[in-house]
Amino acid sequence: MRVHGGEVESFTAATQSGVGVRAWIGGRVGYAYGTDLSEPGVEAIARRAAEAARVAGEDEFAAPPRPAEAEALPGLTDASVEAWSAAQVAELALGVERAALEADARVVGVEQAVYADSTERVAVASSAGVAGEYETSTCFAYLQALAEGEGARETGLGFGLARGPDGLDPAAIGAEGAARAASMVGAVKPASRACPAVLDSTVAASFAAMIGGALSAAAVQRGRSPFAGRLGEALAAEALVLHDDGRDPEGSASAPFDAEGVPRRRTALIEGGRLLAHLYDTYTANREGGESTGSASRHGYRSLPTVSTSNLVVAPGSQSLDALLGEAGEGVYVTDVAGLHSGVNPVTGVFSVGASGRAIRGGELAEPVREFTVAGDLISLLGSVRAAGSEARWVPFGGSVSTPPLLIGEIAVSGS
Amino acid sequence: MSELIDPAVAERVLAAALANGGRFAEVFAERRQGFSLSIDESRIESVQSGAEEGAGVRVVDGATTYFAHVDGLDPDDLVRAAGEAAAALRSERAEPRPLQAVATVPEPIERRPEDVDAERKAELLRELDRRGRDKGTEIAQLTASYAEVRREVAVANSEGLLCGDDRTRVRIGAQAVARREGAVETGAETLGGHRGFELLEDDPGQVAERAAAKALTLLDAGPAPSGSMPVVVGGGFGGVLFHEMTGHGLEADHVQKQASVYVGKLGERVAEPLLSAYDDGRLPGEWGTDAIDDEGTPTRKTRVIEDGRLTAYLYDRLCAERDGVASTGNGRRESFRHLPIPRMTNTYIAPGDATPEAMIAEVEKGFYAVSFAGGQVDPATGDFVFGVSEGYLIEGGRVTRPCRGATLIGNCLEALAAIDAVGSDFEMKTGFCGKGGQKVPVGTGQGHVRVRAMTVGGTER
Repeated sequence: MRVHGGEVESFTAATQSGVGVRAWIGGRVGYAYGTDLSEPGVEAIARRAAEAARVAGEDEFAAPPRPAEAEALPGLTDASVEAWSAAQVAELALGVERAALEADARVVGVEQAVYADSTERVAVASSAGVAGEYETSTCFAYLQALAEGEGARETGLGFGLARGPDGLDPAAIGAEGAARAASMVGAVKPASRACPAVLDSTVAASFAAMIGGALSAAAVQRGRSPFAGRLGEALAAEALVLHDDGRDPEGSASAPFDAEGVPRRRTALIEGGRLLAHLYDTYTANREGGESTGSASRHGYRSLPTVSTSNLVVAPGSQSLDALLGEAGEGVYVTDVAGLHSGVNPVTGVFSVGASGRAIRGGELAEPVREFTVAGDLISLLGSVRAAGSEARWVPFGGSVSTPPLLIGEIAVSGS
Repeated sequence: MSELIDPAVAERVLAAALANGGRFAEVFAERRQGFSLSIDESRIESVQSGAEEGAGVRVVDGATTYFAHVDGLDPDDLVRAAGEAAAALRSERAEPRPLQAVATVPEPIERRPEDVDAERKAELLRELDRRGRDKGTEIAQLTASYAEVRREVAVANSEGLLCGDDRTRVRIGAQAVARREGAVETGAETLGGHRGFELLEDDPGQVAERAAAKALTLLDAGPAPSGSMPVVVGGGFGGVLFHEMTGHGLEADHVQKQASVYVGKLGERVAEPLLSAYDDGRLPGEWGTDAIDDEGTPTRKTRVIEDGRLTAYLYDRLCAERDGVASTGNGRRESFRHLPIPRMTNTYIAPGDATPEAMIAEVEKGFYAVSFAGGQVDPATGDFVFGVSEGYLIEGGRVTRPCRGATLIGNCLEALAAIDAVGSDFEMKTGFCGKGGQKVPVGTGQGHVRVRAMTVGGTER
């Protein structure tokens, strides 16, 4: 449901279903998928998977996952997804837009307010004996508010996510977008320098997701990760504690098992400043003679499983946001980053991304700042986390991440 | 196209879509077949093939669009989808006009990729692997991929339009990782087109060599500079700069929502008179080319900037209707599961008369951005950011050393107005553009251009 200017702009109702088949011929793997679920249709897909396997190279570690008992995981669905009518959902989305317009006089419009929900049913079965099925529901709403002032226009994102529409607070989502947009009015370019920074939860989540991606054993084993060969090293500050938790009921990526039927679990990645683990699917685990961490993911039936994080959780610390700002003293409070897909090199960990937010002066928020970059590398960033805030939030950028704001000791800011 | 959806079925679907009201209805049917594979650690892997078909039905009533989509092209399912789209409607009903088929001419494909043996595609990747690794012992990793996709589409609407297109695209890419002691660098290169396997007849191994050469060059890189300075942007993929900083802001949906810095700027000077630019969905064989857009409007060449003046926005059907103009053939969608929205096709700055050498020679201290990893813009504020994948320092009118980890950042209106030279060299490159959760193939192009001043965000102190 997309709304704009107090009216419904578009409303989509749809179902889709498909099947993906992975075939092993010895150590050769092929994949095929399709939407034709008739018996001949599925047979044709299976045949194409086998044909694809014949083209692949032999890989001694490629083998079907072994079956394992996955503990049931309740709480992944919410009845309100089914129960809400289209009119109720429209009212929710319109409420998000209204809330933003009423929150601040500088908010002149809303580019769009969007509500979406989905119910997904997933089943995995294999000739090796894997068999499982589960259902999840998720929903989210967001808006992009437009604020005007001092001859310029600013945008601000507000969002919320839940298992069902009952769990969303339209007023809070609208108010967040309005506050973010309005707080940027009159923004200036900050001076280029190296200084402390406080990353808000959305920005911290974007960086955490990049770090989580580089902890995939698939990247590590092929030498395409800054974390390759660094297991056990003290490379992070003590203040940063990072887990991957595929069973946290609040995480939108939670499921009883992963994309190849291996039970989801909790994996400690960074504790006490040390890098403790990488994330594995069956194939990457076989390469090291180890065990899968249940970290196989897919973008639906159209893709082969790949190794990735499930729910990435950065442990909260004890300090309020005000205390983090106070400790930063002079620096920047980064509330938005742009260009992550092109500005972070996942192989080297070197990053330079566009940013905006507020200046920090005398330990307090000062004028809004925009059009600058923050640059560095992911491992140095991990080492310079000085404190984690006390209030964590789930953020859906680059995966499913729960993180508090983070205080960074020093980061390179490039502005004027 | 007629085999994709029978005209009689289409008429039934459109009648069902308008059963509860609405002024416009459309059915978009699609069959998509794809095949891809990659090479990594010199081993062929990720061999996959996909086949999907389905349709999307939309009904427009007032300012609201109702949309439903369904997998498969079974006539009863399509009528049911039309019913779902129409379910929430209660208004005056428009009578659909009888369908009249309009012939279109799809891009010619010389050698259908699905007719080429899969083993030949694997051999191609093995060649890329060899050629890339042969560039030097410092090449530690090489990955390459091949992908082909064929999309047959048909559009029928309540105004009587019935047409279709048959689109085949082929693309290869290579990524190299170079390593020297502690230093690690990457380089990437792609080649693609709205073409068949003939795209790859002319030494595709060069793609891997170029990726490897980029990674090797960067091994000697120092940190990128920081601050505001003149920037020379390379040809080809450098066009992503124009795509991001101007193209998106010209998409009519952003303009109509007042969420573009180009609102009210039609006819105004936005750049130096030396700059003209186009969106052209008809460039033969190019990545962003189609015969029709995904609403059945023939694609065309639209001049968006003429001698520095803004001359046009890019329209889909609904936005055009709102402004009382004709669609520019830019209504595109990722698949039948998405609604069409205004999108670029092949967007480029027309060649100028400067040479890259002369442009660089005039710069005392600046930055040379040869290629980008990608970019992002907020059309409402005009703030943009680009990740530089290959960049060099310019000192005393000469290119002196490679730089790693640079980002260009700025504001659209200022940066566009600051382009003070456009090169006569010209090249088109392929890319995927994301907007509203939909990814479509787009072409970007230009010769070298120079921006008087732009912020380079590096780590050099």
